[in-house]
Amino acid sequence: MAASCVSCGAVVSQRLLLRPRVSLAPRQVLWRAAELQSVPGPQILRLKHVTVVTTKKNVKALRRETYTVDFIKKQIEEFNIGKRHLANMMGEDPETFTQEDIDRAIAYLFPSGLFEKRARPVMKHPEQIFPKQKATQWGEDGRPFHYLFYTGKQSYYSLMHDTYGKILDIEKHKNQLQAKGLFSEKDKTTDLIGSRWLIKEELEEMLVEKLSDQDYAQFVRLMERLLQGGAAGEFVQSFRRSVTVQSEKQPIEPVQHDAQGMAFSTSEGRRKSAKAEAVVYEHGNGRIKINGIDYLLYFPVLQDREQLMFPFHFLDRLGKHDVTCTVSGGGRSAQAGAIRLAMARALCSFVTEEEVEWMRQVNSFAHIWNDVSRSSTAMHSNLPHKSSFRLDCSRLIRASANGRSRARREPAGSLPGRSAEYCQERRGRVHLRVANTHQ
Amino acid sequence: MLKGVTRLVSRVHKLDPGHFLRLGTQAPQSLAAHLDNQVSFESPRAISCTSENDPAKHEEKHEGQHYNLPLQDMKTIFPHGLPPRYAMQMKTFNEACLMVRKPALELLHYLKNTNFAHPAVRYVLYGEKGTGKTLSLCHIIHFCAKQDWLILHIPDAHLWVKDCRDLLQSSYNKQRFDQPLEASVWLKNFKTTNERFLNQIKIQEKYVWNKRESIEKGSSLGEVVEQGITRVRNATDAVGIVLKELKRQSSLGIFHLLVAVDGVNALWGRTTLKREDKSPIAAEELALIHNLRKMVKNDWNGGAIVMTLSQTGSLFKPRKAYLPQELLGKEGFDALDPFIPILVGNYNPKEFESCIQYYLENSWLQHEKAHTEEGKKELLFLSNGNPGQLERLCAYL
Repeated sequence: MAASCVSCGAVVSQRLLLRPRVSLAPRQVLWRAAELQSVPGPQILRLKHVTVVTTKKNVKALRRETYTVDFIKKQIEEFNIGKRHLANMMGEDPETFTQEDIDRAIAYLFPSGLFEKRARPVMKHPEQIFPKQKATQWGEDGRPFHYLFYTGKQSYYSLMHDTYGKILDIEKHKNQLQAKGLFSEKDKTTDLIGSRWLIKEELEEMLVEKLSDQDYAQFVRLMERLLQGGAAGEFVQSFRRSVTVQSEKQPIEPVQHDAQGMAFSTSEGRRKSAKAEAVVYEHGNGRIKINGIDYLLYFPVLQDREQLMFPFHFLDRLGKHDVTCTVSGGGRSAQAGAIRLAMARALCSFVTEEEVEWMRQVNSFAHIWNDVSRSSTAMHSNLPHKSSFRLDCSRLIRASANGRSRARREPAGSLPGRSAEYCQERRGRVHLRVANTHQ
Repeated sequence: MLKGVTRLVSRVHKLDPGHFLRLGTQAPQSLAAHLDNQVSFESPRAISCTSENDPAKHEEKHEGQHYNLPLQDMKTIFPHGLPPRYAMQMKTFNEACLMVRKPALELLHYLKNTNFAHPAVRYVLYGEKGTGKTLSLCHIIHFCAKQDWLILHIPDAHLWVKDCRDLLQSSYNKQRFDQPLEASVWLKNFKTTNERFLNQIKIQEKYVWNKRESIEKGSSLGEVVEQGITRVRNATDAVGIVLKELKRQSSLGIFHLLVAVDGVNALWGRTTLKREDKSPIAAEELALIHNLRKMVKNDWNGGAIVMTLSQTGSLFKPRKAYLPQELLGKEGFDALDPFIPILVGNYNPKEFESCIQYYLENSWLQHEKAHTEEGKKELLFLSNGNPGQLERLCAYL
């Protein structure tokens, strides 16, 4: 395929002397102007680029920059030295200079106004910056080191194999114990509470390999089976992450008393760009006044009133409290949400701890941030196409038809329709009707 | 209950004090005793419905309960007066039930004690949107119909100031405009309501329709109405004649006249009608409105004028406006001065309970939680006791 395309390229270059040509996936470019003097007739020297295809085998290695182990080591040393320098600069003790201190120092020395936090200057340990990669999998003779290399996902399969080995071991052990009569049912499931299995992304990161969903499901099933069999142990724990307990407690507002001796409590809430402040009285009729207007008139839409109803309905206190609130900003829905949040917070002061916990669990206190982030793919990367360098007519024609080649188009014009026809001639099976994509 | 009355009194005080008659409001009786008499061991229907179907006998003990209006009567008395949602409910339940409420009871009391020798008293029912002004008016009209009064019912004055396709220049007065369609429709309904009076009342003047047609003095009002219905061009003038004659003759004592206007703030508001040259028409340039304004002036006796203010159909008025000053404007307020304002408010807990019971009895609320206290509390919260909102909440999707 590569060879034929090279010859194709050569022949094409002869025949299409007078026509402009496009550059094709330029990695290495060669001038071939002088070669064509053998062709008779008027010669107009045009700029001609021809891609030279490499025929080396380890193209993979060239394409992605591998960070060799030495390179990473060097980076780590540099990082550590740099850290000490930075500590010196900031007048702190180099021995006790933590990553947070580094972040603060960098933010101070290189203030950046960029909105995207990930684009700001950062100084982190090389492990976190350079992506994890696999070291070369084969030796000089081309023979792979790992016995499961040819499965494609060697780490994954070896992990599964090891796990299954452990399951069999445990079963054997159990059988032996049962034969001797020493087997006892132990409580094994206690250490599972408060932790969860790795998610697929985390597992991929650990194995430095891409997995499919079925692979991941199989892995989880195998792990569960291992757990059922016997004690968890370190091996399984390494695949579990603790679920962080929500330790943020909702601050409870103090109960105040107004002039008449009525108990009330105040709090605020925000939703989108609406701000609300609610004053909830302990004893009342269920009247709600917003900005001095009755809530039925202020929120003619049923949906908004349902939002207001929720905190009271959840605590079964409909009609037991009077509320006065002020709200500003935002739209109708946002104001309703803000008032609801404020009321829920204010109600905490009249309610038991347990009920506060329930409210927290149903997300009564969470800000519902509207995710206004723009699509992260807004700036489409202009990296060159990640496939082979080989001259692939059909791909190029497709690319030019989509117009993508225009972005990367360097000197010459677009791939003319005639070369598409030519490819059609040569291949006989490419049926493409590419219009002349000249501009 | 007490709160409702005090609120009413405070509202009354809030309005311009010097201008209107302030009649004392009755102190509420204690209802518990009456309730016990009524309810005790009867079926649940007794809580929400009462068997007393004659509005004349409605009293405070019936407050909060629904009474049945015979469907036959509905067709005669209300050919056009019911709010559309209520008409749908009537059709669904196959019966017409109206709740007896305090504002209506108050008005009934005043009407029962009217002195027909004095000029007609004007009563204005006002309140927030959806509180039941129109249905209270219907209650009054039913009462008056039962008492054999002549009912002059304009179901919605707003309909006369907007969306009129054909405006003719009035033949009677070149400055004004006729609305043939609206007038003829109204005349038809008027005829349905007041058949029996039309032959008894005789006009006292000769009216000339055009060069060829005229109507003699002494002919019955029925003929005027017929003329208006058949000759649509003259319908507006026919209406004008009817109004004038009724006003003149009600003082004679042959009949009692009830003028019931819904949405009276339309008479003094803006219109959306335009002339051919796109210039706007003021309300007084419409013949119908002009005549109606004369009708609601209290320079006649022998009847009463009951009016409702309505923001719902009004033009160019903010949604939250409900006070007479806001809706009538200066001109309207001065024209209607002095009047007796009657506030119609949201349901109090007893009325709310009664309404829910009524729906439950008719198997209208199908949610399993509707019977429970929590369900009722939810409904109360979401509707805030507003009858209109409650009805919309309970309606089908």
